[in-house]
Parts: sequence; C-alpha cells; structure tokens
Amino acid sequence: MDFLNYDFMQRALLAAVLVGITAPAVGIYLVQRRQALMGDGIGHVAMTGVGLGFLLSWSPVWMATLVSVLGAVLMELIRWYGRTRGDIALAMLFYGGMAGGVMFINLAPTGSNANLTSYLFGSLSTVSESDVTAIVLLAAFVVLVTLGLRRQLFAVSQDEEFARVTGLPVRALNLLTAITAAVTVTVAMRVVGLLLVSALMVVPVAAAQQLSRSFAATFAIAVGIGVTVTIGGTVTSYYQDVPPGATIVLLTIGAFIALTALAAPLARRRARAMATGEPAGDPAECAIPASRESDGKVGV
Amino acid sequence: MTEPVISLRGVRAELGSRPVLRGIDLTVNRGEVVALLGANGSGKSTAVRSVIGQVPVSAGEIELFGTPRARFRDWARVGYVPQRTTAAGGVPATVTEIVSSGRLSRTRFGVFRKADRAAVRHALELVGMADRAKDSVDALSGGQHQRVLIARALASDPELLIMDEPMAGVDLASQEVLARTLREQVAAGATVLLVLHELGPLEPLIDRAVVLRDGCVLHDGPPPKAVGQHALPGHDHVHPHAAHDAEPIRTGLLS
Ligand SMILES: Nc1ncnc2c1ncn2[C@@H]1O[C@H](COP(=O)(O)OP(=O)(O)O)[C@@H](O)[C@H]1O
Ligand SMILES: [Mg+2]
Repeated sequence: MDFLNYDFMQRALLAAVLVGITAPAVGIYLVQRRQALMGDGIGHVAMTGVGLGFLLSWSPVWMATLVSVLGAVLMELIRWYGRTRGDIALAMLFYGGMAGGVMFINLAPTGSNANLTSYLFGSLSTVSESDVTAIVLLAAFVVLVTLGLRRQLFAVSQDEEFARVTGLPVRALNLLTAITAAVTVTVAMRVVGLLLVSALMVVPVAAAQQLSRSFAATFAIAVGIGVTVTIGGTVTSYYQDVPPGATIVLLTIGAFIALTALAAPLARRRARAMATGEPAGDPAECAIPASRESDGKVGV
Repeated sequence: MTEPVISLRGVRAELGSRPVLRGIDLTVNRGEVVALLGANGSGKSTAVRSVIGQVPVSAGEIELFGTPRARFRDWARVGYVPQRTTAAGGVPATVTEIVSSGRLSRTRFGVFRKADRAAVRHALELVGMADRAKDSVDALSGGQHQRVLIARALASDPELLIMDEPMAGVDLASQEVLARTLREQVAAGATVLLVLHELGPLEPLIDRAVVLRDGCVLHDGPPPKAVGQHALPGHDHVHPHAAHDAEPIRTGLLS
C-alpha cells in the first residue's frame, strides 16, 4: 500500500472513488428512462467548456461544468419542443460542442491538443488540489440529488405521465436529472475522460441488473461496482504503466461479462428454489389438466 | 348529492393538426361509476388524458372537484391507471417500488413514514398481489401487471379513480379480482371514470355510459343493456353524416 504515501495518489484515489459513486448513481436514472447515451452527448458538449477555460484562463473544470449544464438544459428543451427534428438538433449540439472545444483550445495561448487529450481520456496523476475541491463539491451535489430525491426521480423516470398525475413537478425533475448528469460528467472528466464518462454511467448499471430484481438493489450494486473498478483501475495504473481511464472502463466491462456469466446459473437456482420452496407459487412444470385425470393425482 | 367531480364543457383538443375531441361535454358526479365507450380511435384516451392535464385543450372548460383543472393541485385525491403500454423502464423494479410511486402525493418531499408503507401494502392486498410484493414486475403476467398499476393508483387512497381500459389483455382471474376491487372502492364511496372496450364483468357496477364517436359524444345515459344489434336506439339522429365507420358503436361494444 505504499502508493498511499504519495499526495498525488491520495488525490487520484479520492477523485476516482467519487466518480465510482456518482457516475452509476446518475446513470441508473438515465438507463431507466432509456437515455443511456445522454452522458456521452454531454461529454461532447463539455469539450467546449474545457476549451473556453483555457482561452479565458479560467478553471477548465468549472468552465466545463457551466457549459455542460447549459448543454444539458438545452438537450432537455430540445426533447420537449424538438419533436421530429429533435435528433438532428441533438447531433448538431454534440458535434458543435466537440468542434468548439478543439477550436477554442487551439486559439488559447497556453492550450494545445495535448491539453485537450488529458480531458478527453482523463489524467488522474495530474489532478490538482483545486481539482479535488471542485470534484468533492460537485460529487456532494450529485449524491444529495440522486439519493435524496430517489423516489421522485424513480417515479418520473419510470412513468412520466403517471408522475405528473401524482402532482410531481416533472419538468423541474427532468431538468434536475439533466443538470446532475452534466455535473457528473465534469466530476468524471479528470478521471476517465470525457469520451469514456458514459461507460461508467451505463455499464455498472447494466452489470448490476444481471443480479438484481429491484431498483434499490440495482442502485447499490452498481455503485459498488463503480467504486471497485475505479479503485482497481487507479491502483493498477500505479503499478503497471497503463492509462487509468481506459483501465477503469475495461475493468467495468470485465465486471459486466463476469456477472452476466454468473447470472444464468443463479437465475436457474432461484427458479428451482421458488418451485420447491413456495407451494403457493406456480409449479415449474405444467400439470396435466384435471379433466383428463379422474383420480385427481395431478401435478407433482 | 350531485356534486360534479369531473366536469368537461365543450372540450376540444387537437393532436398534431387533427381534431381529436370536437366539443365534448362530460360530467361525473360524486359516487358515480361512468363508463366511457367507443371504437378505437374515437378519442376516449384523449378525453381522459385531457382531464388529468396530459393533453393541451384548445377550447372548453375542465373542472376537477369544482376547481378549474389548471389550478387543481390536490392530486392525491385522483388515482390514475394509464392505458397499459408494453414499454417498461430500463432498470428492474419490484412491485412494491412501482406501487410506492402512487403514494408520493401523500408524502412530504417523498419521505415515507410507517403509514405510507402500510398504505402501499394495503393497496397490494386489495388487488391480491401482496405475495408478489418483492418480485420484479418483469416477472408478472399482463393481468398481474395491470393489478399492480391499479394498486399504484389506489395507494394514495383516492376519491376519484380514472382508469383507461383496465380490462384490456387481462386474464379472467385478474378480471374478477379487478371487478371485486372496483366494487369495494365504489362501496366505500369512490367516484370512477372508466374507459372500456366492452362492459364485460364490470357491467353491474356501471351507473352511466358515455359513448364517443370521432371525438363527439354520441350517447350519454344508462349503459347499453344487452350488447345486441340495437344497443343504442336513436343514435342515427345525433350524427347522421359520420359515414366513415358504418357501425362504430357495435364495434366499440362488441369487439
Ligand atoms: N400523440 C398523438 N398524435 C397524433 N394523433 C394522436 C395521438 N394520440 C392519439 N392520436 C389520434 O387521436 C385519435 C384518438 O385517439 P385515442 O384518444 O387514443 O382513442 P381511443 O382511446 O378511443 O382509442 C386517434 O385517431 C389517434 O390516431
Ligand atoms: Mg385508448
């Protein structure tokens, strides 16, 4: 555990764990409303923020937060009003955001594409004190929203129309989800990078689903997977000279494959347990219709 | 005791640029069970969704419990069962988790107390799904899923139930459970607006039927008795020129 003696590793691990918590915590709502790729879109838009940060000599993290929140709000508005041309509008927003990032960073006196690369793929070892402060504050916001409003966000993501009839402020909650997703993207930007952010939002949730039957369990398992792979990836990248962002994402996909392989026999066992353990439940085998059996010895 | 719970006057609605409701009057009084009937596409769902504010209305007035709908906030008094869609959420959820959403309107900031959890359990008992409380909704049959959606509507102890085709695609056993649940609710004083394709096992419960055709009210009165050939005498005079569907009422009630 000698890596804990280094300040940069302490910062890297803290940032990584916070990403491991927040990304799946937001991602589960995106997956539930079938907007799994929204994080990817926000990641593209955030590039303009990074570029603007360099150009104006502001903190790229805060600037990316600002721009991606604006982008996420715009995406929600397009979803409301866009209707048929909505996907075209979204495409323009995504690629405009990416092109804007490349343009601004090249116009900036101190910026270069090398700087941009560290935001695109993450650069854990260069996370600074002020980055950590920003990440902690933003992560606290994300946890507060995703846990504190879990029942409301669940209801809205599950059935928007019904949620409205329960009197929930559906539009405000949708906006809040989008904003929280945007904040998460910038939290994760330094760790896994803008291009890989979405993987940490979506894949742990997909992996957790292989084991769970409830939303609450999916949430807990997904966060557990998120924390495990971010720590695992960070430590691996310390001992082996591999990029942490890519390592984390590959570990996540590995977890998904492992849990999928595990899930099939588990489901079979569960089905067997239900068939034998619960007489009230439906029998696992079809019984012969009673009308054909006169003595009544039907089924098992 | 003829306090209107739902009141629509001259309601028009367009979806896209197509008129779907063309001036509908509909009143449901306290304690009444009203069936909304009509062929597919006649505007039943749109009418119901206009009541709960899901469809923008271009003309007319809608009141809920005597309050103009735009100012109505007391949503815990309304239980809504949407026309069932096959699309489920992208993440597994248990029966209890789904039904709990229906209780949110009775909580403050979504914090569940003991009474709220008890209400959710009770709603599940009403529809005979208490033993499946911890199961994933993906593991349920169509009829069981529908019972869960009704439990969700009942979880807030509503005074008014609005159900869009609760019997569609529901197996016989579940139909009987639903009929019994509804009977109990009505006995306890609930007001009900039901969209139905056919009266079926709910027939004895229904006080009044409103039949829609092409976005207009064709009949408002006692439920058509024997669902026979001349179920609704006199309807020809109401709408003599709507020729595009030769026997819309019969298709609505029989198919
Ligand atoms: N979102 C929509 N956009 C355009 N037309 C719609 C929409 N929803 C329903 N319609 C049309 O409105 C008419 C009435 O629909 P609906 O109220 O669902 O009928 P019902 O419930 O009686 O079957 C139908 O012709 C349908 O095609
Ligand atoms: Mg309908």
